[in-house]
Amino acid sequence: MSLIALLISGLFVNNFLLSRFLGLCPFFGVSKKTESALGMGIAATFVMVIASAVTYIIQQYILVPFDVVYLQTVMFILVIAGLVQFVELYLRKFQPDLYNMLGIYLPLITTNCAILGLALLNVTKGLNFIESVVHAVGAGGGFTLALMLMSGIRERLELAQVPKAFSGLPIAFITAAIMALAFMGFSGMI
Amino acid sequence: MKTGKIIWDGLAKQNPTFRMALGLCPTLAVTTALTNGLVMGIAVTFVLACSNVLVSLLRKIIPDKVRIPAFIVIIATFVTIADMLLEGFVPDIHKTLGIFIPLIVVNCIILGRAESFASKNPVFSSLVDGIFMGLGFTLSLSLISVIREVLGTGKLIFFGNLLFSFDFSVLGFVLAPGAFLTLGLLLSLFNYIDLKRGTRQ
Repeated sequence: MSLIALLISGLFVNNFLLSRFLGLCPFFGVSKKTESALGMGIAATFVMVIASAVTYIIQQYILVPFDVVYLQTVMFILVIAGLVQFVELYLRKFQPDLYNMLGIYLPLITTNCAILGLALLNVTKGLNFIESVVHAVGAGGGFTLALMLMSGIRERLELAQVPKAFSGLPIAFITAAIMALAFMGFSGMI
Repeated sequence: MKTGKIIWDGLAKQNPTFRMALGLCPTLAVTTALTNGLVMGIAVTFVLACSNVLVSLLRKIIPDKVRIPAFIVIIATFVTIADMLLEGFVPDIHKTLGIFIPLIVVNCIILGRAESFASKNPVFSSLVDGIFMGLGFTLSLSLISVIREVLGTGKLIFFGNLLFSFDFSVLGFVLAPGAFLTLGLLLSLFNYIDLKRGTRQ
């Protein structure tokens, strides 16, 4: 698959939130304000790109040569958890501005299925190193895009008169359904 | 804590899907057919019960500072076991569920129960909590998948046996929008029942 197709697939066609159902917790949890949605999106994209690169190396140079692919789940989740911790430490020391922006969202990302899901998808699809990283950029971008759109709508929903039984989560789900319907329109693109 | 209360909490009062809105990714992704939802629910129940027991057994040994990584390793171990069992016994369903089986590791229900229940309670209560939280999750998944399968494909299939079928289907229900819509409507239904109950009391 060409790199551009991979990028577009991650951004629109196979959007992580709206068509693959990965990483829904922040989609409903952190999507009440646009700023926090942006912060979460950037932090997730950042970790996705690094995690894709690192898990690719682990899969190709440790798990496959030593014939221990069954340890994939354990290895990947530990590596991602360690990576998030490491990124947090690095940012706090060397990039304090960026740390202040992303800081509180970073720990949340360890247990976000979008990161582990992306790493596993890269392996299932048999992508090479460059493709994995491009796929991560697309997926992260798509994640941020959907999160931002959702938060914009939810900021307005706060002021709207919603039937009592629908207020809060139910109306957010209905909104997501309509957004998913719109994103289905992209499905013929590639 | 009373066993009866733990059971009721898991099945209804703190139902992971409808009350706590936890573990949403598999709830929406695998509920396209009853069989898939059921198998996913059983796999999660298995992992939840086993990890709860082990966490509870080790709760005095695991130092507080490294408890989250320790829990994750315990959970990941049982997920790998569940993955292998499913691949061995129901290879077709294992293929359909795909990456969502290894993703049980990051299901917030399991880590949540380990942290908030099993690490503070004795082994037997933790086992009961694990089993019934898991059953609550399985019930919710089955409910959603029955609605989506019947409306989306016009038939209901249970492990390869056709239960019934009719000439009516809305394809959208097995696709992504249907998943969000079904769960949104179900959540509002439960809210509505709560509101009605509240006004009567």
